[in-house]
Amino acid sequence: MADAVSVRVPAIEATALTRTFGGEVAVDGIDLRVDGGELFALLGPNGAGKTTTLRMLCGLLRPTSGSARILGHDVATDALGVKRLIAISPQETAVAEHLDAWENLALMAGVHGIDAATGRERSQSLLATLGLDQRADHAVKRYSGGMKRRLSIAMALVTDPEVVFLDEPTIGLDPQSRRGVWEYIAGLKRRVTIVLTTHYLEEADELADRLAIIDDGRVIALGTPDDLKSRHAGAQNLLVEATGWTEDALAALGGRFRGVSRSDRTVEVADSDATVQEVNDCLRPFSVGLTGVHRRPASLDDVFLELTGKELRP
Amino acid sequence: MKALALADRNRKEAVRNPMSLALTLALPAALLLVLASIGGDDSDTLNATFLTPGVALFGFVMVMFTSAMLLARDRETALFARLLTAPLRASDLGFAYALPSLLVAAAQAVVVFAIGAAMGMEFAGNAAYVVAVLFVVAVLDVALGVVAGALLSVNATAGAYTAVLLVTIFGGAWFDLDEVGGPVRTVSDLLPFSHALDALRTVIADGGGIGDIAGDLAWAVGYAVAAVIAAVVAMRHRMVE
Repeated sequence: MADAVSVRVPAIEATALTRTFGGEVAVDGIDLRVDGGELFALLGPNGAGKTTTLRMLCGLLRPTSGSARILGHDVATDALGVKRLIAISPQETAVAEHLDAWENLALMAGVHGIDAATGRERSQSLLATLGLDQRADHAVKRYSGGMKRRLSIAMALVTDPEVVFLDEPTIGLDPQSRRGVWEYIAGLKRRVTIVLTTHYLEEADELADRLAIIDDGRVIALGTPDDLKSRHAGAQNLLVEATGWTEDALAALGGRFRGVSRSDRTVEVADSDATVQEVNDCLRPFSVGLTGVHRRPASLDDVFLELTGKELRP
Repeated sequence: MKALALADRNRKEAVRNPMSLALTLALPAALLLVLASIGGDDSDTLNATFLTPGVALFGFVMVMFTSAMLLARDRETALFARLLTAPLRASDLGFAYALPSLLVAAAQAVVVFAIGAAMGMEFAGNAAYVVAVLFVVAVLDVALGVVAGALLSVNATAGAYTAVLLVTIFGGAWFDLDEVGGPVRTVSDLLPFSHALDALRTVIADGGGIGDIAGDLAWAVGYAVAAVIAAVVAMRHRMVE
């Protein structure tokens, strides 16, 4: 990884970036600025325009209009200059199945003009860090999905890029593997600029310094996860935790507040006017073992719901 | 050189694919053995001297097919998208897919000519001229493979292969075009393979020199140059959508 990335020069700058397919607008005038060393997430549902945006930033797709620059190199007029600085881990697992992990990494180092000794040294470090060193000599076609995904990320990093694009890096992974990839990506922060596309809200929340929520090809919100939650999440539901729920108690809550729903020991009250005190008062006449009443922390899902009127769930 | 890293990967893919090896090496060898055995020494066309150059060129079409399939299949994978984000030019990409195929074509030609010699091929001319003609046709076929692989789907690639195969066979791979004559001869003379075969047979059977084959060779070179340019253009087209 680059030792230090300037925080003054924008790593990525897109202005009115637009792409249409036929008459259909896939990306609609996106403006973005990502600083060096930042981990920036593009969050949105499938088909929102995240991958199309990424492909334009990588020089794989010609913008219909607008422009984008990577560390000052225009993606349309200086694609080779851009490609010297970037690496991508595509959404589908992008590995050569008949080769082993060493050979896959050597391939990527080689096509970026990195000498064999340096490539081998970096490969060794990446394979160990990503837990692939024990099976590095095996053909990749025998790897699990999680191992292929980790190798795919390693293939993006072996070239020591200034900017890395990770397109849905944890899609299809089990929670444990996902957590492992998150930890690795988090460890890269500040050393390299990372643009991550995801439709996992918790992934963006956990990893991103800043994020853009994309819907229908447009950026509908931009900021840090905390900023977005405080700006857009609005009043949060009350979570009432108790043992010994009775039908009478639930009926009383339902009669007093809107949007009452029960899940095991927890009842959620989606009435923004409801207060903790009012819930306590309402349940007092019943023999319910109240253990807690609190507001649910705001999530990016609430932000998305607030902005688009729909839920973003994988 | 960056392109060599990708060429090395493509070479490994080719070597580790038994079907590809069978198609490119074993099939032409088996064909030559069978056809030359059927004709024997008495036949004008089904003999090793006449057949060996034709089967060698037929084998190159197999190489064209396998190189086109590798590229067409790669294009459907995310690995190809990843490779397109590497700092490679269209010519680098084309070269990386062509080089392993050219090496396979060279190995194949050695096998076919060795079998031809074992089956009684009479070699009257200069081997360097044969190598030159074979090289030109190999470049032509491999470049056509890159064009097909860059532009066509996997299924359509098989169609392109069939077309080149037919053109090669009707270029006189294992029959005498002069005996067929008519429109087949006329059409074949517009295409490169009959010229390449005439050049090879002139050198091998008649001991012809460069002056005897210059016209035919130039015809094949023209097609090869056009195919290489088309391959680079096709790759460039494929690099940015």
